[in-house]
Amino acid sequence: MSAMAQSESWIQAVPDPMTPIPFAVKAVRRELADTFTLDLAPAPALDGFHFAPGQFNMLYPFGVGEVPISISGDPAVHETLTHTIRAVGTVTRALQGIRPGDAVGVRGPFGSSWPVDQAEDCDIVIVTGGIGLAPLRPLIYHLLNHRDRYGHICIYYGARSPNDILYRDELERWRGRFDLNVEVTVDRASADWRGKVGVVTRLIGNRGFDPEDTRAFVCGPEIMMRYAVMALNQAGVGDDRIHVSMERSMKCAVGFCGHCQFGGDFVCRDGPVFRFDAIAERFNIREL
Amino acid sequence: MAPIEGLESTLAQHPFFRGMSERARQLIAGCATHRVFHDGDYVMREGEAADTFFLVRHGAVALEVGSPGRRPLVIETLGDGDVLGWSWLVPPYRVRFDARAIGLVRALAINAKCLRGKCDEDCALGLEFYRHFVPVVVDRLTATRLQMLDMYGHPDAYAEPSSQPMGESAPARPSPDPEPRT
Repeated sequence: MSAMAQSESWIQAVPDPMTPIPFAVKAVRRELADTFTLDLAPAPALDGFHFAPGQFNMLYPFGVGEVPISISGDPAVHETLTHTIRAVGTVTRALQGIRPGDAVGVRGPFGSSWPVDQAEDCDIVIVTGGIGLAPLRPLIYHLLNHRDRYGHICIYYGARSPNDILYRDELERWRGRFDLNVEVTVDRASADWRGKVGVVTRLIGNRGFDPEDTRAFVCGPEIMMRYAVMALNQAGVGDDRIHVSMERSMKCAVGFCGHCQFGGDFVCRDGPVFRFDAIAERFNIREL
Repeated sequence: MAPIEGLESTLAQHPFFRGMSERARQLIAGCATHRVFHDGDYVMREGEAADTFFLVRHGAVALEVGSPGRRPLVIETLGDGDVLGWSWLVPPYRVRFDARAIGLVRALAINAKCLRGKCDEDCALGLEFYRHFVPVVVDRLTATRLQMLDMYGHPDAYAEPSSQPMGESAPARPSPDPEPRT
């Protein structure tokens, strides 16, 4: 084979990270009033879809635009690619209108992942709120798939109201397990709600973990993450054992365009998952 | 026969008394009694004299605010190890919210009049007690402020004008911008 032919074959073998690949929509599930889940079938040429917990894809409803969406399915399942999406803008509303059998353009997976290997033998604390549970669900699946590798696992989840609890069935199922500590709280509720009311950070004080030997994973609105980190610090978990998933405006997803620059990092390429001590000094700078 | 433990040892096990001197604990124990509430019982009612506060030992208590013609809203739930009630600290010593037991609740009830009197007479006790109590108030105030933000509401609802949508090709996850990465 000539050098030119070899080069052409290499170019064909490596997908262009800027070119969306059409994935067929297998199923659409309504999760909440404004939140839905898309199950996609990977393009046949891909031999399944492989990703690490915490990574995201760029989804493209054809002709509308692209949007970064965290993968929210089980990383051990390669035949279905799952995203849970909140319809808040033009692109996500277009995705909401998609039906089984339609196609969606996919680029990815991109970004850093939750450090599941470093967390082995540690207690695990997951602090999340609202739709922040979606990027953490692959991590939870991984922890459950390899339950014997981890110590105590605490999942603290906050939602706006009882009607806004994401993956409620799954949370209830996880809560029923003997090897998980799952606490859910809501910001407001009527008197018929028998669960907790209050901010998610208050759950952290109810220790079910050894702070000296804990890895914490935090994802949610940035304000929530800021106070969650404080509460974790107060509980004895150091910044070097806290991991957060950051968000910034992303366009290219491969660190070229600079839209998601966060100090010296690009969130799409160096994040979205960061160890907190690496970004602690930048975390509270409003201009970033 | 197993010895019956006094209230002082029960107090010592409650997180509120962590780090408090034995002397102060003993003085406060003199104002304390055990109380049990059943599901739906009101532990406190808005407007009544705030002459007792509670240290929840076990169970959950919903703080509610009622409004005519509407179901009460739960503004916070308190659980094991929490302190319930601080209206007794400041005049006019009136309870500001309803507190209702969710399931069985075991608590230590502290006679607030008794404790206020002891704190007035014994400045060292007063100082030590307030040093333990103020952090509880600060934590709860911080939590309440976060609750008020409606963090999980529609992103636009808490976006500042400077971070309003810049077009469709926006951002990552739940953010003030229009297209969070979810």
